Amino acid sequence: MYMENNFLLTYLLLIPLLGSLLLLFINKEKESLIRWAGFGIALLAFILSLVIYLRFDPGQSGFQFVNKITWISKINVSYHVGIDGISILLILLTTFLTPITLFSSWKSIKKKVKEFTFFMLLLEVGMIGVFVSLDLFLFYVFWEAMLIPMYFIIGIWGGEQRIYASVKFFIYTMFGSLLMLVSIIWLGVYAASFTGTFTTNLLDLYKIGPGVPHQIQVFMFLSFFISFAIKVPLFPFHTWLPDAHVQAPTAGSVILAGVLLKMGTYGIIRFCLPLFPQSATEFAPVISVLAIIGIIYGALVAMVQKDMKKLVAYSSVSHLGFVVLGIFAMTTEAVQGSVIQMVNHGLSTGALFLLVGMIYDRTHTREISNYGGIAKIIPLFSFALMFASLSSMGLPGLNGFVGEFLILLGSFKSPVLNSWAYTIFAASGVIFAAVYLLWMYQRVVFGEVKHQNLFSLKDLEKREIAILIPIFIFILWIGIYPGTFLKLSEKSTNTVIQQVLVNPNTDVKVAKQ
Amino acid sequence: MIDYIYLTVLLPLIGFLINGIFGHKIKNEKIIGIIGSSTVGVSFLVALASFFQMLSLPVDQRKHVVELFSWLSAGGLNIKFAYLVDQLSIVMALIVTGVGFLIHVYSIGYMHADKSFWRFFAYLNLFIFAMMNLILGDNFVVLFLGWEGVGLCSYLLIGFWYDRKFEKGTTSQAAKKAFVVNRIGDFGFLLGMFLIYLTFDSLNFQEVFSKAELFPISGTVYGFIALFLFIGATGKSAQIPLFVWLPDAMAGPTPVSALIHAATMVTAGVYMVARCSIIFASAPAIMTVIAIVGLLTAFFAATVGLVQNDIKKVLAYSTVSQLGYMFLAMGVGAFSAGIFHVMTHAFFKALLFLGAGSIIHAMHDQQDIQHYGGLKKYMPKTYITFVIAALAISGFPGLSGFFSKDEILWNAYAHGSVLLWAVGILTALMTAFYMFRLLFLTFFGKERFSHDLHPHESPAVMTVPLIILAVLSVVGGYIGLPAVFSGENGNLFESWLSPIFSSAERRLEVYGSHGHFEEILLMMISVAAALGSIYLAYYIYTKKPEIASKTSRKFSKLYRLLLNKYYVDEVYEATIVQPLQKGSEKILWKIADNKIIDGTVNGAASLIDKTAALIRRFQTGFTQFYAFIMMVGIAIALFWIILSF
Amino acid sequence: MNIIPIEYYLVLSAFMFAVGITGVLIRKNAIVVFMCIELMLNSANLALVTFSSYLGNAAGQVFVFFVMTVAAAESAVGLAIIIAIFRNKLTVNIDEINIFKW
Repeated sequence: MYMENNFLLTYLLLIPLLGSLLLLFINKEKESLIRWAGFGIALLAFILSLVIYLRFDPGQSGFQFVNKITWISKINVSYHVGIDGISILLILLTTFLTPITLFSSWKSIKKKVKEFTFFMLLLEVGMIGVFVSLDLFLFYVFWEAMLIPMYFIIGIWGGEQRIYASVKFFIYTMFGSLLMLVSIIWLGVYAASFTGTFTTNLLDLYKIGPGVPHQIQVFMFLSFFISFAIKVPLFPFHTWLPDAHVQAPTAGSVILAGVLLKMGTYGIIRFCLPLFPQSATEFAPVISVLAIIGIIYGALVAMVQKDMKKLVAYSSVSHLGFVVLGIFAMTTEAVQGSVIQMVNHGLSTGALFLLVGMIYDRTHTREISNYGGIAKIIPLFSFALMFASLSSMGLPGLNGFVGEFLILLGSFKSPVLNSWAYTIFAASGVIFAAVYLLWMYQRVVFGEVKHQNLFSLKDLEKREIAILIPIFIFILWIGIYPGTFLKLSEKSTNTVIQQVLVNPNTDVKVAKQ
Repeated sequence: MIDYIYLTVLLPLIGFLINGIFGHKIKNEKIIGIIGSSTVGVSFLVALASFFQMLSLPVDQRKHVVELFSWLSAGGLNIKFAYLVDQLSIVMALIVTGVGFLIHVYSIGYMHADKSFWRFFAYLNLFIFAMMNLILGDNFVVLFLGWEGVGLCSYLLIGFWYDRKFEKGTTSQAAKKAFVVNRIGDFGFLLGMFLIYLTFDSLNFQEVFSKAELFPISGTVYGFIALFLFIGATGKSAQIPLFVWLPDAMAGPTPVSALIHAATMVTAGVYMVARCSIIFASAPAIMTVIAIVGLLTAFFAATVGLVQNDIKKVLAYSTVSQLGYMFLAMGVGAFSAGIFHVMTHAFFKALLFLGAGSIIHAMHDQQDIQHYGGLKKYMPKTYITFVIAALAISGFPGLSGFFSKDEILWNAYAHGSVLLWAVGILTALMTAFYMFRLLFLTFFGKERFSHDLHPHESPAVMTVPLIILAVLSVVGGYIGLPAVFSGENGNLFESWLSPIFSSAERRLEVYGSHGHFEEILLMMISVAAALGSIYLAYYIYTKKPEIASKTSRKFSKLYRLLLNKYYVDEVYEATIVQPLQKGSEKILWKIADNKIIDGTVNGAASLIDKTAALIRRFQTGFTQFYAFIMMVGIAIALFWIILSF
Repeated sequence: MNIIPIEYYLVLSAFMFAVGITGVLIRKNAIVVFMCIELMLNSANLALVTFSSYLGNAAGQVFVFFVMTVAAAESAVGLAIIIAIFRNKLTVNIDEINIFKW
């Protein structure tokens, strides 16, 4: 399917971009038209991504749907996009979640609907752009561009401390990405000493990166890695997350948890590992330790939260710890697990945020202690919350298990980490996940009804069920038949691992198969 | 029929879906009950047909694998969703679906008029579905699917009456505790799986076991695998140190206690050890650990059972104790004896719980045996079946419990040590005592309840399962007659299972050289002990009730210790739960997160802020000041240039 | 011809410059400050002319014309600003004109 200049990905970027511009021409009084239009545009993007999925050939290891147009010829930067098996999953996740979040905020977003929809679509452009870029310069542009709509979404439609949260989010991320920018430029200049021209073409840099002198490579790796680690967020760079999540509107939280965090882990897989394999393997133990601290720490802190949304936010720290651990275990099982876990986390945490948002819309409180005994008042909601919680805690048969199992299994046999200790500590996160989710569930849903106003709660309405059902279908699908998704990323994951381990500079022996 | 074994899994799932989705619309209890029970009943028939088909096959063709689809595959890992039907799994399948069916039927009567009748049956069916996956799974991962699945159902069913109080907390707390403690076990099980995959490059039972047979016994790896798996088993099967959830699990409706927390789920750990017998047999040190843990659990649970007053608590500790026996059997390499006890225990313990349910039903949710008494005449069917069950569990000669328990004790003596046997007998003695204490306090003596309760016999839908289980408790033992009575290879149960355990037994070299005389002697000792303590219980609780209160006053400290279950819950709470909670909140969240990390972040911001505030003082707004600075700057620059020449 | 040595011109120029710079730094009246700036410009002009005639190069003289032109333009703008400020603040004391601070 490799075609020189296939424009499908470009169309995928253009749909939400042009769509968002189109929205500007609609009178802002016509809110329902704007809502429908935004939803329709996002849905259109989803349909197009399905077309891409259908045409995608999982048997191929290289990039597909490549589209390359020279952009800034002076510094040899081109608009260069393409996807492999890893990015297609994340693109599908993005285009899947965007219409859902837009649909879900029909009631909860009441002011500035037009601007909100506009920013959400712009955000989608940025997110898709990050996942399709094959040029570091272009990647950087999308990476930064995506911050802006998110900044406004948190800052305008957020909670009480939205300004603090949005600025914190922005500066945290900005800090990391500036380091990355320096490295990108350095890398381009370094490439020029070989090829004669400055370049930011990822495919060329794949050949050059591993050859960067070791001492410099360490700095390069770290500057890329810190930028991604902040986004993940890896312990101890995580404190922007609870604030951003709690203050963001539901749609923002869902996108933030569902897609934005995945950019960090995606960046690690796409850039950190193949570009600097030697440093990546050297740092793997340290980073894995941080990831494991994140798993346990995130879970423990989640356990004692009093605010439901904050609890889910900290649980993300824990879940993403698994993903990072899997990536740095560098075995096929673990990286495959990480890739699928990125999708899983998007679905299950997305669902949790949606549910918390739904109940918040009704009661305007997220304090756990303000609830109790709602199981008999709103059984459907309670069931949905249970389902999402179970998925999040990795119950076999649901999606979370597939990812966690593969990650833990893969890290256990990892030649890079080469110790059981990592897995043993990481696996304890499985216990804590049950603790914090079930404890929250018990306090919110079970027991006696403590507050009179809860009696008048209304159960999920049709629109809300329609939002949740697609997510739940995928949760079950990945849990029962993950082959559909694992098959997509298999070749690409192997390519990445080969790039790292079969490198003359890395002195790790490839695992016995 | 074996090829359709997946029906035994699928049907309960269908039942769950129907009752779960449409249950609240159906409203008719009969229809819901029939859907719930019949799916399990048909599953039982399928299992039975498969069993007979296996019987007709030669021994070496009895193993069948039914593959459904490829589940998880990544890298070298390839997990198929497949079911393994062999002698072991079919026995378990028959127990689960058979006893499960009876309990489903019983529940129609017991749960009558409950507002969430449909939900109860949906959960029960889901449980059977998960349990069948656990039993039939062809690899560790499918087993784990069932393993966690039954844990979930256990959680849902313990917390079924989620708005009720239970002891100091609520039922949902008990449910959460069960799930979390089980998760700790699952954590061990997961690690065991990973180590197996690392060692054998597969998670498929047959591949792993055949490789294990060939691998030399290289101590540590097997030791770790066995240890990790055993941790998993202690969680699910309520052994020391993870037994604490089972007594609390009694917060669930009584049929749940019978099905999940007595007959089936809690024996999953035993099943798993039996399934991996070759691995355990290769780790003799862990086998010893298992035997000791099993025995200690049996002993301590029995001591606690002596003084409890809640009828279900007594039965719960009795279950823990009996599970200990099963692990003792596993630990000494008597795998088929252990599974045999799983079966007989399923009969009589399910019967005891259902009987208890019948009593609780009659007494309007009163569970304290101090408020029973003289119920014999009100509920004759319950009484008779309860007596049979109590005799069976006490090891009364000729009943099922007698054969299975004595086989375990005999094996403990023959392949373990006299000490194991002696503690086992002591436990058996206590078992007989507390069971008959319970029986006498409930059915005999003065009526200690208020008479407006009007106790009555339960309806037929509840008593018929009791009677069937009572019959099974009587005759169930005869398929496993010990060799002493039935001659060489006369133990049908053992020879049925022997193909499964033969390689493990070969590795352990368990066949010792003890004579039949010894076996009969030991058997007589244990019968005498059982009868003696039954008489003691009879004497104390019907003739001289004051002895009991006197003794408890005399040994008040010990009594208190036992009544409070050795304070294990409190110790766990104080040493693990509280420190984790407080530490997470006070240190990790409030200090590490908010102060240190966020403090650093915000500190960096405010540092920049403060520095800027300092520097901006230079912007005085006085033009001449700026000019002056410029001049100074130029002067310095000039000096610099001149000096550098 | 009796030639005045170049040092005399340069010392005068330096003196004028020093007077100018001191004036800029210490006087408070904006007009005076402005005049001092002109003085500094003219001291530069003097130096330029001196060197031009000393070296026999006309470029310096041409340059002086440029400086004068620019100075004229500048003084026009500068005076306009001062007047505008005076209209606003009724003072040309530069110590009172310090709104461009932190």
